[in-house]
Amino acid sequence: MTVLRTSWGLSLRFRPRALGVGVGAALLAAGFGLVALGSGDYPMGPADVLRTLTGGGSVAEQFIVFDLRLPRLVTALLVGASLALAGTVFQSLVRNPLGSPDILGFTQGASTGALVVVVLGGSSLALAGAAVVGGLGTGLVIYALAWRRGVHGFRLILVGIGVAAILTGVNGYLLTRAPLMDAARAVLWLTGSLDGRGWANAGPLLAVLVVLAPLVLVGCAPALRMMELGDDAASALGVPVRRLRLVLLAAAVLLVSFAAAAAGPVSFVALVAPHVAKRLTRAPGPNLLPSMAVGAALLVGADLVAQRAFAGHQLPVGVVTGVIGGSYLVWLLAMERRAGRL
Amino acid sequence: MALLAVIVVLSIAVGAKAMPLADVWSGLLHRDATEYAVVHRMRLPRTLLGLLAGAALGVAGAVMQALTRNPLADPGLLGINAGASAAVATAAAFLGVTAVGGYVWFALLGAAAVTALVYAVGGGRGATPARLALAGAALNATLYSYVSAVMLLDTASLERLRFWTVGSLASADSATVTRVLPFILVGLLVALGAARPLNALALGDDAARALGARPALIRAAVIVAVTLLCGAATAACGPIVFVGLLVPHLVRALTGPDLRWLLPYCAVLAPALLLGADVLGRVLGRPGELQVGMVTAVLGGPLFLWLVTRRRVAQP
Repeated sequence: MTVLRTSWGLSLRFRPRALGVGVGAALLAAGFGLVALGSGDYPMGPADVLRTLTGGGSVAEQFIVFDLRLPRLVTALLVGASLALAGTVFQSLVRNPLGSPDILGFTQGASTGALVVVVLGGSSLALAGAAVVGGLGTGLVIYALAWRRGVHGFRLILVGIGVAAILTGVNGYLLTRAPLMDAARAVLWLTGSLDGRGWANAGPLLAVLVVLAPLVLVGCAPALRMMELGDDAASALGVPVRRLRLVLLAAAVLLVSFAAAAAGPVSFVALVAPHVAKRLTRAPGPNLLPSMAVGAALLVGADLVAQRAFAGHQLPVGVVTGVIGGSYLVWLLAMERRAGRL
Repeated sequence: MALLAVIVVLSIAVGAKAMPLADVWSGLLHRDATEYAVVHRMRLPRTLLGLLAGAALGVAGAVMQALTRNPLADPGLLGINAGASAAVATAAAFLGVTAVGGYVWFALLGAAAVTALVYAVGGGRGATPARLALAGAALNATLYSYVSAVMLLDTASLERLRFWTVGSLASADSATVTRVLPFILVGLLVALGAARPLNALALGDDAARALGARPALIRAAVIVAVTLLCGAATAACGPIVFVGLLVPHLVRALTGPDLRWLLPYCAVLAPALLLGADVLGRVLGRPGELQVGMVTAVLGGPLFLWLVTRRRVAQP
């Protein structure tokens, strides 16, 4: 831990290694982003991209970068960062490395909301709204069911698993109700895709992230670290455990829901990014900021792979994160088992 | 038994096409009756398949709960059905397998792989119910993400699999029934045969050995039985959750924990539940139908939630 003191009496505490990881991951995300902006049917060199971004370039280049490719990139960055932040908060709250929104049922809830709109035939704006409503509703239900003089980690996980199983059944049923073309659209959405994302998708998520990220990062991070010690210890240290847990849960669910509204329920980023960050920083406790940077880099990188992996065949980004995350998860299970933690 | 008989009658009698009971009866018995085709080609196989799949899932759930000493064990929740689904999706999309007869082998393979994995990860000493359920949920998430990726890449398999992945008895015909029948029968026999040694195993490995049982052999036999039962049931009906969880818990209230009583009762009551859910789905879903997997998820889910919100189970 390094403490930086300024002459005005402000002090800033940080771990040099965590800061390095955060900056490194952010640079990596920027690098991926530069490649993503430059590649496509109209290839541009990094220098051209930078020139266009800073106001130069031809009208055509301006159009391609600002109207076509940048919205997708920004959406990817925001979705990656939001999911990673939410995942870190969840894993820290339930004190379990597997406690991510994919497993706790929030993702499935957002999907249910969206599928209802697909079956009833609504616009994509309604779809995004329904995803948010579905995710939040599921969060409320899980919280209410897990409540018994406080919400404890494992009961929350198990209730989440049960709700996820019910919602998986409901989602499968909704999928059979839709005509084939709509069903294909729904599966695409359910996998998580960044195809054709515009500023309208990035905007709401950006607003949510701008409000919630500082709240979580500045307002709750120290208390969250203490809550990892256990509820009793945290209470003894003066942390208002219940109120804080509710606030953090609400923030995480909001982040997941809005991320799902923007790009669909992209799987495993929320699970994997915190782990990668933790491994790199080697710091105890929730690595919120490094996780966000890793999440953003992960999603932009995965989207790049999804677009380029098969020539002439674009995969949705969720397929790539699913494959990476799934393999990582199986490995993680084996490791946890060996370490006697599972 | 009487309950099962009533539900079997209902399952044959209630269908998408309303039919008076007398007509159903004559359709069942008289080859020249106009209802013969409907009853014999559609409703009878469907009912038989429900009987087989229900018994398979119920007994599989019961022996899994006994083996892992885990009240939350269920072939659906632990990812075994999802493993079978992933294998079937692979077969359907990449290998051009379309018939249920072909699904069976792939489903067995997938079920075997996941059964081994879940048991290796979460079945040993010190594994708590919650941790095992978590391992299963993680596998479920992985495998379903794979299945939806497959459906996405190939619209034809989406059309086939989106109905199959919900869990339904609607595709039943006599060929399906005869195809999965041997697997389920063998699985049931192995499971029933393991009842007594499993009882001994519940006392702990050392006590079981003292009673003349061989723990490693029993575990292997049970894993084979679970694989056969879940693989075959999933191949025929798709992944159905909560039947394997729900029924053993209900039955245990009647019989107590002795598996020699528990398993036969499960083999009778689980089909009753599955067929009941199927009939309910057909009645509620008119003019179409609600797939049975959906009905069991909605009925069984609350029970799972009730089980886990009780204090004891939720401890880590």
